[in-house]
Amino acid sequence: MSILLSNISKNFGDFAALDHIDLEIPEGELVALLGPSGCGKTTLLRIIAGLEQPDSGRVLLSGEDKTEQHASHRGIGFVFQHYALFRHMTVFDNIAFGLRVKPRKERPGEAMIRRKVHELLQLVQLDWLHDRYPDQLSGGQRQRIALARALAVEPSVLLLDEPFGALDASVRKDLRQWLRNLHHELNVTSIFVTHDQEEAMEVASQVVVLNHGRIEQQGSPSEIYDHPANAFVSKFVGQTNVFHLDNEDKIWLQHAGIVLDDPEALTAHVRPHDIDIEKNADASSSPFTLKDWQHLGSAIRVELAREVREQGKLAPVVYAQMPNERFKALQLAKGDRVALRIRHAHWFN
Amino acid sequence: MNAITYSGPAEQGARSRISLGDPSWVKWGLITVTVGFIFLFLCLPLAVVLVEAFAKGWQAYGAELAQPDAQAAMQLTLLTALVTVPLNTVFGIAAAWAITRFEFPGKSLLTTLIDLPFSVSPVISGLIFVLLFGAQGWLGEWLREHDIKIIFAVPGIILATLFITFPFVARELIPLMQEMGSEEEEAALSLGAGGWKTFFLITLPNIKWGLLYGVLLCNARAMGEFGAVSVVSGHIRGLTNTLPLHVEVSYNEYNFVGAFASASILAGLAIVTLILKSILEWKKR
Repeated sequence: MSILLSNISKNFGDFAALDHIDLEIPEGELVALLGPSGCGKTTLLRIIAGLEQPDSGRVLLSGEDKTEQHASHRGIGFVFQHYALFRHMTVFDNIAFGLRVKPRKERPGEAMIRRKVHELLQLVQLDWLHDRYPDQLSGGQRQRIALARALAVEPSVLLLDEPFGALDASVRKDLRQWLRNLHHELNVTSIFVTHDQEEAMEVASQVVVLNHGRIEQQGSPSEIYDHPANAFVSKFVGQTNVFHLDNEDKIWLQHAGIVLDDPEALTAHVRPHDIDIEKNADASSSPFTLKDWQHLGSAIRVELAREVREQGKLAPVVYAQMPNERFKALQLAKGDRVALRIRHAHWFN
Repeated sequence: MNAITYSGPAEQGARSRISLGDPSWVKWGLITVTVGFIFLFLCLPLAVVLVEAFAKGWQAYGAELAQPDAQAAMQLTLLTALVTVPLNTVFGIAAAWAITRFEFPGKSLLTTLIDLPFSVSPVISGLIFVLLFGAQGWLGEWLREHDIKIIFAVPGIILATLFITFPFVARELIPLMQEMGSEEEEAALSLGAGGWKTFFLITLPNIKWGLLYGVLLCNARAMGEFGAVSVVSGHIRGLTNTLPLHVEVSYNEYNFVGAFASASILAGLAIVTLILKSILEWKKR
């Protein structure tokens, strides 16, 4: 089912949680709502589900206006950040809940419910836990049970609020992959909320970046990463070095191979892997020395210190990233003066 | 009736004192004081009630309780509890729901007002109803014209008891529902359950022990209330005397066996309440 949000606004007192949001999500996508905490992403999710009413704007599902429709009639599966499993029910009863509360005419028989619940338990690979209570499960298990419960009513849209937020790192990695595969299998339009850009890039087919209740950019992960629409997106998605254009920067940026063609541009954003370094530069063309480096596994991250003319002002460290082989070939030691070669930069006003 | 049990914290406290190395005379001294106090002010009066009630034997005890006035008092007490407890249960759930699930102006004022019957003397509470519905009261004339009797009649007793007991359920539920949050209810809604189904299948099972606890305290107070009921009842024997009032009336007439026999019923109620309360406290955890 496609989702169309038009002109959605929501205020909590004086705080504008959502500010005229327009968003279209085509059927079958797996979309990440990405943004810092407090940017309104969870509120947006709750408005789609009908758990929150917008102050203005419409929510359309498959072209039908559902703004006034009660949450219980929207047919939207919602997985809560802390799972919200019914603590007084077993895993089986939790998953069966959505089927058992259907109106008498639509309600499947108990045998049918039993079959369906076990199918779902197999789908999330936890059939052996069917008679446990939620407080006997681990975080990852609860997450998957919450997902199975939401899927039981065959929702046309699946919404997940910070689905991996409360899990430890190793479980999170597994579940990301698993959610991607599950989405491939079921192909139900899904939206998940996250503040972790890596997670958004890894799992989603579409990323929507939110900040201060507004949409900054929407696009595929590679579009977002390679063509950030503005300085916020560039900084929030992936690591980036920010250079403000005072005079000094201009000189060495030109030496580094960056052509400044937009007279209005004021800052340059450069990804660490777009910076290459060379040894033995003279002090007039480059203010950088090697400060430290870290082994990231597949690559080396180099920290470069910059000398600043003004006294007492500490310039931010510049990060460059390169393959292990390249770093070995350079044979650098701490304190060596280096020149930068910038392959690509994004310019913002 | 309003006995307080300090089982958990007291045990822990005792253990930590020992580990702090207080001399044993402090420990035994405090235990003696506590036990002595409880014996003097709880056990001894209870024993007196029973001894006096049975002073002239089983038969006199039974005869006093079988007396029409005593029977009427018991019936009225039961009727009062039967009306007020369900009403205050519904009110308590509604109030707790409103306060914990919605945002509205004046919410903190409402929360404070719920506690009002606890902070006002019961006699004053009774007096309010006399001033409202009494013959000289604001609505007295209108009531007389329509031949409705509230003060010195059963409706007045029920109203006063309602007022006195309405905080019990709400006060028990508000912190419980606040702590619970509304996520499970929202999950039920998103799974297609309507408001009533969500309440009966999700909310109620989660709050049931707290709710029963509140109902129990509410019931104990409804049956035991003296002050407010005394002001509005008019002490008409066989008509507007509840059990606590019957105890007073009998005692003032030097009918000690009758007074203490009725008191023993109330004491029995208190003990049953205490036992149920302990069970519920254990279940709530």
